[in-house]
Amino acid sequence: MTPTVFMQQPAILDLISGMAEQLQSIIRERQLINPVMIGIHTGGVWVADHLHKKLGLADELGTLNISFYRDDFSRIGLNPRVKPSNIPFDIEDRPVILVDDVLQTGRTIRAAMNEIFDFGRPSAIILAVLVNKTGRELPVQADVTGMTPTLKPNDYLFLRGPEPLEMQLGQKTASSGNND
Amino acid sequence: MLYKNSQLTAEGKLKHFLSIEGLKRDLLVDILDTAENFTALAHKGRPVKKVPLLRGKTVTNLFFENSTRTRTTFELAAKRLSADVLNLNISTSATTKGESLLDTLRNLEAMHCDMFVVRHASSGAARFIAEHCEEHISVMNAGDGAHAHPTQAMLDMLTIRQHKGDFTPLRVAIVGDILHSRVARSQILALNTLGVTEVRVIAPRTLLPFDPRSLGVHVYHDLIEGITDVDVIIMLRLQKERMAGAFLPSEHEYFRLYGLTENKLKHAKKDVIVMHPGPINRGVEIDSAVADGPHSVILQQVSNGIAVRMAIMSMCLGGQDSREESA
Repeated sequence: MTPTVFMQQPAILDLISGMAEQLQSIIRERQLINPVMIGIHTGGVWVADHLHKKLGLADELGTLNISFYRDDFSRIGLNPRVKPSNIPFDIEDRPVILVDDVLQTGRTIRAAMNEIFDFGRPSAIILAVLVNKTGRELPVQADVTGMTPTLKPNDYLFLRGPEPLEMQLGQKTASSGNND
Repeated sequence: MLYKNSQLTAEGKLKHFLSIEGLKRDLLVDILDTAENFTALAHKGRPVKKVPLLRGKTVTNLFFENSTRTRTTFELAAKRLSADVLNLNISTSATTKGESLLDTLRNLEAMHCDMFVVRHASSGAARFIAEHCEEHISVMNAGDGAHAHPTQAMLDMLTIRQHKGDFTPLRVAIVGDILHSRVARSQILALNTLGVTEVRVIAPRTLLPFDPRSLGVHVYHDLIEGITDVDVIIMLRLQKERMAGAFLPSEHEYFRLYGLTENKLKHAKKDVIVMHPGPINRGVEIDSAVADGPHSVILQQVSNGIAVRMAIMSMCLGGQDSREESA
């Protein structure tokens, strides 16, 4: 079945505004000093772009391509088109806000955290995701969530972008992957 | 002619990397794109230059012929992918005790290796090994006789792309010992597959193969004429160890006619890049002022060698299992 539109840009931007507010209160409560933000390619970077502007962080946005850290490499190989990681700041002893579009199994986040630690030792990692799906395979949870939709087991959501952002709903088949 | 490329899986993915021959442009571009991603690992600000892609895999360097640089870059590439590396210098090892090549292979297979990186003085050796080893093993050709040195060609393509962007408008001159050069053969195939405007070879008649035009090149015997208006000059090493007969009057004479000097370089385009696969013979095929000069990208080639070998290793060893993708 072809994917259908689930949510359009204005609604998605509302979710991102809500995420920015949640992040601000976390930064206040936990007294996080000088946090940096890292988006996960590709959808996470689009979400992080908006969040980064709303929070007005001092450092440029960092990006992660977790292909080199995936646990399913021996099955699916590499995608040569994804841009390389770019962390234009020192993360040693600083709080990192990690952003992704969809959290499902938790495997992407595990890979991302492994890669982050190859750049240094952050003082804390705060996870912000636009969509929090069920289907966790690892003990990973988000600190900040845009939405938690109720979906059928074979449904999956994915983000199209960057301009305009659009969330689509598809049905998983044996041959298709998904973005968690 | 229907040609089944034994380097590829049924899905068209790399299984072995033996030769540029038969590989499509898209696949070469995939290799370059993947390698470009790996070059980012060496950027400063990234204290750990390793990634865990090939953790648990064993890569064996099977070198039947000596080479420091190529073996070192293959070894570093495998280690930066977190593979375990075994270096076997066969010329000083089992074969001198009378063990056959196939027996050596069977022993390595019994040690559960995943990849053989093969360098051999005979053309076709890597393909022979690929055809005779167990199915789960990938073979990379690190140079076989005068036949092919495809990873060298790909690192050269990456270096060219980093400087020139698009391949299509480029004129590239390859200068020197084309006859004995597996590097030149692989470069010519790669350049033509990537669609450059013109590949020229510049060499004395004694250092050209019987029918050089069949390689898809224009032939020049005069260096200045040949490098006029080119974008890229690739100097080849004069391979003294491969010269059984008298191909040249003297090294001095060769330098006078074919050695690249700053004065001769003025005939090429202003933004020409000068490449050399190394090791360089200063004062034989290239003047020090050029090798160390502003047009030289020789050391960048060495760095790119690691990234390209990482890319090809991970493409050969990843994504081979076609079970359903999980997220």
